[in-house]
Amino acid sequence: MKRSATGWLFAGPAVLAIFVFFFIPATAALILSLTDFDIYALADIRNLRFVGLRNYAELLQLPLFWLALGNTLYFVFVGVPLSLAASLGAAMLINSKLVRFKPLYRTIFFAPFVMTLVAAAVVWRYLLHTRYGMANYGLEQIGLQPIDWLGDPAWAMPSIILFAIWKTFGYNMIIFLAGLQSIPQDLYEAARIDGASRWQQFRHVTLPGLTPVLLLTGVLTMAQYFQLFAEPYVMTQGGPAQRTVTVLYFMYEQGFKWWNLGSASAVAFVLFVFMFIFTMLQFAIARPPRGRA
Amino acid sequence: MSRRTETILMNALVIVVALFTAFPLVWMLSVSFMSPGEASVFPPPLWPANATLENYVELFARGGVGRYVFNSFLISTCATLLALTFNVTAGYAFAKMRFAGRDAVFGILLGALIIPAQVGMMPLFLMLKSMGIINTYAGALVPWIASVFGIFLVRQFALSIPDEMIEAARVDGASEFRIFRSIIMPVLTPVLVTVALFTFLTSWNDFMWPLIVLTGEQNYTLPVALAALSREHVQDNEMMMAGAVITTIPVLLLFLALQRFYIQGMLSGSVKG
Repeated sequence: MKRSATGWLFAGPAVLAIFVFFFIPATAALILSLTDFDIYALADIRNLRFVGLRNYAELLQLPLFWLALGNTLYFVFVGVPLSLAASLGAAMLINSKLVRFKPLYRTIFFAPFVMTLVAAAVVWRYLLHTRYGMANYGLEQIGLQPIDWLGDPAWAMPSIILFAIWKTFGYNMIIFLAGLQSIPQDLYEAARIDGASRWQQFRHVTLPGLTPVLLLTGVLTMAQYFQLFAEPYVMTQGGPAQRTVTVLYFMYEQGFKWWNLGSASAVAFVLFVFMFIFTMLQFAIARPPRGRA
Repeated sequence: MSRRTETILMNALVIVVALFTAFPLVWMLSVSFMSPGEASVFPPPLWPANATLENYVELFARGGVGRYVFNSFLISTCATLLALTFNVTAGYAFAKMRFAGRDAVFGILLGALIIPAQVGMMPLFLMLKSMGIINTYAGALVPWIASVFGIFLVRQFALSIPDEMIEAARVDGASEFRIFRSIIMPVLTPVLVTVALFTFLTSWNDFMWPLIVLTGEQNYTLPVALAALSREHVQDNEMMMAGAVITTIPVLLLFLALQRFYIQGMLSGSVKG
């Protein structure tokens, strides 16, 4: 009994903090999403009414919400595979026996991840500047037409994807590096003796060896990409033509610009449901079929 | 392909990727030393004609950036101290102490990892508003008191401490607090550094919550101030690059100095997880 008390004395404060400042608000959000909490309720709580699922019904009828959802899914489904591919490519490069100065490259590749996101977004907004940007100067040098990176509705999200990949690929690269190093060298040896090509070695030794790591990084990166917010906030303010309004950007404006906190909570829940479903799907897909594991 | 050609090719490839990756950082630094307007031409100059600190002086003298640097340092330092106190004691308890409900509570905590932080933001804002701590440092610090990831990291590390060591101390009559202070803490030092580093970096770089909770300019952290400045001064590229340098350099230096711990923590939190 005394032991139990000491245990709680050590663990209690942290558990209490997480409970009060995370679990209670997260649960309260569900209730809040069923009310019409707005600026009037903020002024006087007596104006608050329970509206059932009205917030959700209204969201489904709002074109901007669907656009935000579409933009977010675009970012996730194009961005995550590209980001993982970049990470894996970089990891394999650094892991190669032929490459020298590995610690240096590892640090360079990882640096963007540590950089403050807002600062990086400010730098990239300038790099992608239509008139003075380095990106367009580079395009000109190789004889291509300049691109209105952040001003063209068709290019805005691809630009943000490019930026996001640059910013985050170093993180998964480190995890892939550890994964690659855990694949036994004799497997490659055996594959070579059997006459497997480079591609076959990658396909039949490297990829299967990395499956658990790929699943984990895939799930984590997807969760992170679903939460796209600061990039559009700083670089495009949701524009042009609302092509970079994401679910969280929409939620932020609903909640803290227009003070529709009830509706914003509903948005947060929809985002959560989407993230949950896609995470479960990834686990389901990655689980090997019965009998082959 | 001969081994020699392959070696040259691989090294060339990695150099090109490294150049592309490093370019925005180097460019940011270079432009921050250019005089106002110098970089707003085409083609953009690579290096400043006459390197100047003008942009930095301007930011500190008139942009009030000193205040934001102070806010960021204060909030991140307090966040780190809070996280160290709460996560380390809890992580150790979940690893090495027996108490009623331990495994169930830990399971629930891990379950929380699938809920994105933004879900609770609206109620948390209202809660802090009713407590009167919106637009205060305390409000900004609330999410950093304890974190599931921090607890998990400490627990993973503490699991490897041999029980005999703790038992022996108990037999010798040492109190639980004494055991924690004199035996456990020294052993945990590497993970303490990791938790401290993670918390400092993430709280320094955090954007959405400070944007919501710090409503007055006086209390802005660097990222929030930089975002606001960059919306006002869209044209002043040189000044914005200087602002980005000020926001980024502290964390980049800290990371470079303590890289080993950061990467170790990342891996124990994911691969071995």
